[in-house]
Amino acid sequence: MPSEAVVWSILFLPVAAFLITSLIIRPFLNRYSLLSGLLLILCLAVAFGLSLWALWAVNDADAAHRGASLEFPVHTWLDLGSAQIQMGLLLDPLTAIMLVVVTGVSLMIQIYSLGYMRHDPSFSRYFAYMALFTAAMLGLVLSVNILQLYAFWELVGLASYLLIGFWHDRPAAAAAAKKAFIVTRIGDVGFLLAIIFLFFKADEFAAAGLNALHIPDIWAAAQPALDGGSGILAGVALTWVTLGIFAGAAGKSGQFPLHTWLPDAMEGPTPVSALIHAATMVAAGVFLVGRFFPVFQQTAQTMTVVALIGGFTAFMAATMGLVMNDIKRVMAYSTISQLGYMMAALGLGAYGAALFHLFTHAFFKALLFLCAGSVNHASGTFNMRYMGGLRRQMPWTYLLMLIGGLSLVGIVPLAGFWSKDEILLSVWMERDNPAAQATFVLLIVGVLLTAFYTFRMIFMTFHGQFRGGGEQELKDAEEAQLPLPSGVSGQVHLAESPLVMLAPMAFLGFFAVVAGYLANPQWSALPLIQVPKHWITEYLGEGLTFAQPSIPSFSFGMALVSTVVALVGIGLAARLYSRKQGEAIDLVEPLERARPLHLLLTNKYYLDYLYEDLIVRRWFYQGLVAITDWVDRTLVDGFVDLLGGTFRTSGRLVTALQTGQVQFYGTFLIFGALVILVAFLIFGRGIRS
Amino acid sequence: MSLEALLIVSAILFAIGLYGTLARSNVIAVLMSLEIMFNAVNLTLVALAKFVAPQGLQDNLANALTGQVFAVFVITVAAAEIALGLGIVLAMYRNTESVDLSQATQLRN
Repeated sequence: MPSEAVVWSILFLPVAAFLITSLIIRPFLNRYSLLSGLLLILCLAVAFGLSLWALWAVNDADAAHRGASLEFPVHTWLDLGSAQIQMGLLLDPLTAIMLVVVTGVSLMIQIYSLGYMRHDPSFSRYFAYMALFTAAMLGLVLSVNILQLYAFWELVGLASYLLIGFWHDRPAAAAAAKKAFIVTRIGDVGFLLAIIFLFFKADEFAAAGLNALHIPDIWAAAQPALDGGSGILAGVALTWVTLGIFAGAAGKSGQFPLHTWLPDAMEGPTPVSALIHAATMVAAGVFLVGRFFPVFQQTAQTMTVVALIGGFTAFMAATMGLVMNDIKRVMAYSTISQLGYMMAALGLGAYGAALFHLFTHAFFKALLFLCAGSVNHASGTFNMRYMGGLRRQMPWTYLLMLIGGLSLVGIVPLAGFWSKDEILLSVWMERDNPAAQATFVLLIVGVLLTAFYTFRMIFMTFHGQFRGGGEQELKDAEEAQLPLPSGVSGQVHLAESPLVMLAPMAFLGFFAVVAGYLANPQWSALPLIQVPKHWITEYLGEGLTFAQPSIPSFSFGMALVSTVVALVGIGLAARLYSRKQGEAIDLVEPLERARPLHLLLTNKYYLDYLYEDLIVRRWFYQGLVAITDWVDRTLVDGFVDLLGGTFRTSGRLVTALQTGQVQFYGTFLIFGALVILVAFLIFGRGIRS
Repeated sequence: MSLEALLIVSAILFAIGLYGTLARSNVIAVLMSLEIMFNAVNLTLVALAKFVAPQGLQDNLANALTGQVFAVFVITVAAAEIALGLGIVLAMYRNTESVDLSQATQLRN
């Protein structure tokens, strides 16, 4: 069993990499900036090893306690009477799996970054931010205290902001960074309110011997008391607390209506998108709901909200993914959609399925993003209309993208199939619940859309004729007198990416193939690797102290339905977008024939207009801000001006007295003396006598 | 001559001197006015020494003469002060070629 120091070192290794890179390498050794990348890779490799050990320890430490969280002492940080703010480690199955995902995917992406970012002048700054992000993410999953969790939660947000705006000289990147920070902050307000509410409940918790901010204690407090009465957290209060937590999760995980920041976040470097905006940080919202799952389960209202928002997001984001031309934006919408699947599953009680999907999604979505980066490396653009025919020049990238794509679509036997099927099955099992019926329909349609946009992307990128890449795009923009598209390097060198990029992609590709079945075998233990049946879902379920979610057993019917639906989607995409190698350049978008719908989708349901133009500019700037502006300018400024004006005017008057003539001063002196004398004569009787 | 008459004369002299000090712009006239004020004070000292001090102080001649001695001191100090004042006036004249006090406003800044 790992000691506490070992588990802490998983967190502190990337912290050390961050400090060394930003305090030593970047200021003094920037000529050897490659060191920063190698250092972080080394730290993460060790952390990955330790995480595997932690996973193993939680799994097998003691057969009787399999899946039980390891106990570590908590350290009191602030003692406020009844409320004690503590810090510590929580290492349960959920944390252990997240640790492996975060360190493993981060390690692969840092190796890839060595190649992808090689020519960037801010190489070491990039790795400093990446180290900060990884550290914050690890802290987030390890936190035992909700306030500690919140601190890391904001820290990941900060790292995300810094990395989206990594190329801060691009206005689009700076704007996207700000948007991501502000939109997620809207959700975080709900999370913070929930924490504050818990803090004010500290006395009631303390009466029951619990700590209001200690996560396992919050789970316990939400459970109905044994005598049948309500627990400490119950009823409306419980609903509002969970809704607050869900608001934070929705902001981070890009759930409707707070999803608008995630597609814009693609302005950051591609490995950043792969790590933060596909595999880990956006999954933090799902993790958060999973972390408080025993609390969420006690309130049917919140669960319904989570399920419906998840289902709706899964569907809506997929529809927007259909029409995007930017390869990374297609995947951003795909990520939002897949996170919607996870949320929907959580909302319907399928804890294991949701986190299993998180696990597999991290691998195949990171892989897809790295493939997009590889494609961009060759073609100099992210715009798929200027790609095409790349499979001849980039066979490995094509193969890996195909693996990632098929895994995303959910084709047997790739990872995504098993996890997506588990979600669909879990939702189907709840079909007595009307919310589950609606969610199921949305998710099944989502499967069709996912298959369509994924293969539209693959066909547009790798099939048909090459359409000129970044060079052509810049030329076209110049001819059309349009502003030059952001992030287009215009350097086309059609060739396979270097090994340093391909190797991590291949590693992720391997997991995108096997992670699904290996982690969650549906039939029996495999002959070679002794993985028990339904390992990951059971393991996660055993980590839940207060609830035992049911685990669906594999259903051929569901697998058949989802596969057929996915194949229909692929077929449609092939029908509309597949071009033979060397066929004439064709830039007409087949979906444009459905004009109003296409317009609605390309404009992202006009939600950006609603938020930015209507809510922010019209209501906020011209309404609320206009009032506060008036108060500030008229009342506050008026008072300050009045005060200043009084002294200035009186000062000017008094200055006139200062003539510099001694005689003038003398006159005043004499008159002053006279006044004193006369006053003394009149009022000074008592003193004189 | 009564004490009142002497004090009235002294007050008139003092007022004349004060007016001259404050109102004249020629430095020499101001210095002269200052002298008048000195002398008004001297007159008061001497008058009070003559009419007020001796009563009750008969036994000690030194005490009875305090006012007169004081007047002599004032005259001495006034002479020294005038010498100093004229020195300043000369310095002022050398710098500004004028002895007009209404022009001497350097203190303002």
